[in-house]
Amino acid sequence: MRVVLGEDLVLLRDGLIRLLQAYDFDVVEAVDTGPALLKALVDHRPDVAVVDVRLPPTFTDEGLRAAIEARKQVPGLPVLVLSQYVEQLYARELLSDRGGGVGYLLKDRVSDVKQFVDAIRRVAAGGTAMDPEVISQLLTRGDRDRPLTTLTPREREVLGLMAEGRSNAAIAARMVVTEKAVGKHIANIFGKLGLPLSEDDNRRVLAVLAYLDRL
Amino acid sequence: MTDHDLVRGAASRLRTAGLAFARVPMCLIGLPLIPLQLYTYPLILVTVGVPMLLLTTALARRYTTFHRWWAGKVLGEPIPLPYRKPANRGPMTRVRTIATDPATWRDMAFLPLNAIVGVLCGVLPVALWLGGLTGLLSPLIWLAGGTDLEFNGLDPATPGSWFLAPLLGALYLLLAWWATERIVRVHAVFVRKMLAPSATEALTHRVQELADSRADTVDAQAAELRRIERDLHDGAQARLVALGMSLGMAEELLARDPEAARDLLSEARQSSSLALAELRDLVRGIHPPVLADRGLEGALKALALAHPLPVEVDVVLPGRPEAPVESAAYFAVAETLTNVAKHSGATSAWVRVRHENGRLALMIGDNGRGGAEPTENGGLRGIERRLGAFDGTLGIASPMGGPTIVTMELPCALSSEKTSSSSGTA
Repeated sequence: MRVVLGEDLVLLRDGLIRLLQAYDFDVVEAVDTGPALLKALVDHRPDVAVVDVRLPPTFTDEGLRAAIEARKQVPGLPVLVLSQYVEQLYARELLSDRGGGVGYLLKDRVSDVKQFVDAIRRVAAGGTAMDPEVISQLLTRGDRDRPLTTLTPREREVLGLMAEGRSNAAIAARMVVTEKAVGKHIANIFGKLGLPLSEDDNRRVLAVLAYLDRL
Repeated sequence: MTDHDLVRGAASRLRTAGLAFARVPMCLIGLPLIPLQLYTYPLILVTVGVPMLLLTTALARRYTTFHRWWAGKVLGEPIPLPYRKPANRGPMTRVRTIATDPATWRDMAFLPLNAIVGVLCGVLPVALWLGGLTGLLSPLIWLAGGTDLEFNGLDPATPGSWFLAPLLGALYLLLAWWATERIVRVHAVFVRKMLAPSATEALTHRVQELADSRADTVDAQAAELRRIERDLHDGAQARLVALGMSLGMAEELLARDPEAARDLLSEARQSSSLALAELRDLVRGIHPPVLADRGLEGALKALALAHPLPVEVDVVLPGRPEAPVESAAYFAVAETLTNVAKHSGATSAWVRVRHENGRLALMIGDNGRGGAEPTENGGLRGIERRLGAFDGTLGIASPMGGPTIVTMELPCALSSEKTSSSSGTA
C-alpha cells in the first residue's frame, strides 16, 4: 500500500516511516512542508496520505489545508490527519466533501501501534477514523441537538464507535454483545437521525456526517 | 422674529440674568472658606488641625464641585475632578496628599477670584436690563413727578434728554439681549479654567491609571506563570519520570520475565498518553492552537462548536489584531460564554465582532434571564481586568428577565493581511 507522509518534525517523521515500513506500507514520499505535500499528493496519488495538521511555512494548519485542497483535486483521496490537538471545526472541514476515506486522530494514538495501523487501513479502504476525543465532544453536547437526545445511552455508544470507524464485529466485541444486537442498534440510530436504511457501507459515514452537519 | 419669539427670548434671557444674580451670594459665601482652611494648617501641629483640615477641605471641595457641576452644565460637558487620590486612608497620608495637591491651592485661589468674577457676571446682566428699562421709561417717570431721577447724567432739564434717555435705554436693552447668555458663559469658562484638571494633572491621573492596570497585569501574569509551573511539575513532568521508570524496569525485566516487561511497556504507553493530554490542556489554557492557526474568527467558531448552546458567530475583520489583543479578546469571549452556559439559563447565544474607529468591538448576547452583575472576584471582573491591561472596556446590559448583552472594546490596529481560509496556490 503506497503512502505519502507529511510531517515536519524529523524524529516523528523517521519514526512514522519505520513504523509504516514495519507493517509493509510503501512510503513513496515523505515531505515536510504544506506546498510540497500538496504536490506530492497530486503527483503520486497514494493509496493513503498521513498528514500533520501543522506544517511549514506558516506553522498553522498548513497540512490540513493542503489535504483539503488535494481532496478537491483528487476526489476521494484517502487522508489521515494527525494533530497535537483535535478541533471539531477541523473534523467538520475534513468531512465536508462527504467523500469518506478520512481520518482525524490525535498524534498520541500513534503509540497504540496496532490501532493506529488499523485506522490507516480503514481510511485507505474509504472508511473513517475519527478520534474518540472528537466523538466524545460531540456526544456530550447535551440537548443542543434534538435527534441525538432521542438516542439511548447504548445507541450513543454504538454511534461513537461507529464514528471512530469500527466495523459491526469490532463494536460487538467491544460492547460484549452479539453482532445482531449491534445491527439492531444501528438500524435504530439511522431511523432516529432520519437516514434511510440501505446496504451501503457509507451510511455509517453519513450518520456521523449528518450529525456533524447539524452543528 | 415674531412677537411671540421676542417675548419668549426676553423671558428666557431675563431668567438667565435673574439666576446669575441669584448666584452672587453663592459666589460670596465661598470666601470664609479661605481663612477657615488656612487656619487649620498650623493647628495640624497640635493634632486637632488634622480632622479640621479634612473637614474644611471636604467642605471647600464640595463647594468647588458644585461650581464645576454648574459650569459643566452651562458648557455642555462635565468637568472632571482634579484631585489626587491618597495612597491609603490614613489621616496623615490624606492630609499630606491634600496639602501637596496643586488642585487644593487652585481651589483656594479660585475662591476670591470667583467672588469678583461671580459678582460682576451676576450683577452686570441684571444692571443692563434694569438700566435699559429705566431709560426707556424715564420720560414717563419724569411726567409722573419723579424729577429727581437722573439717567446717565440726563435729567429732565438736560436739552434733548426726553428723546435721548429712551434711546439710550433701548441700546442698553439690545446690549442686555445680546450679552446675557455670553456673560454667564464667560463665568462658566472662568470656572472651568480654574477648576478643571490641568494638563499635568490629567497626565498624572493617566499615569496612575496605567500604573494600576500594569500592576494588575503583572499580578495576573505572575499567577498564570505559577499555575503553569505547578501544572507542569505535578502533571506532565511527574508522568515523564514515571514513564522513564517503567521503561527502565521493562528493560531490566525483558530477558528474565518478558510477560511482566510487556505489562510495564503498556503502562509506559498509557503514561505517555496522559502526559500528552495534560500538556495539551495546558497549551490550550496559555494560547489555544486554533487561535494561532485561524485567528479570532476561526477560534471563536471553534469555541461556538464546543459550546453546549447553539452560538451564532458573526465576525467581520479586515485583518488580524496584534497577538496579545487577539488572545485577550478570545479569552474574554470564552469566559463570557462559559458564564452564559453556567448562569444565564439561555437557550442560545450570539457573538459579534467588528473593528471600528481603531477599536475592536466585541458583543456577546444571550436570551437568558438577565441580572448579570460584575461581583468582586467574579468572572466578569476578571474579564474587566484582562481588558483593562489593553485599555479596553467592558459594558454589561442585563436587565432582570433578560436578555443580557456584554460589550467589550479594545483599542487596536489590524494587520493588513487577511487570513485566508484555504491554502490557495501551491
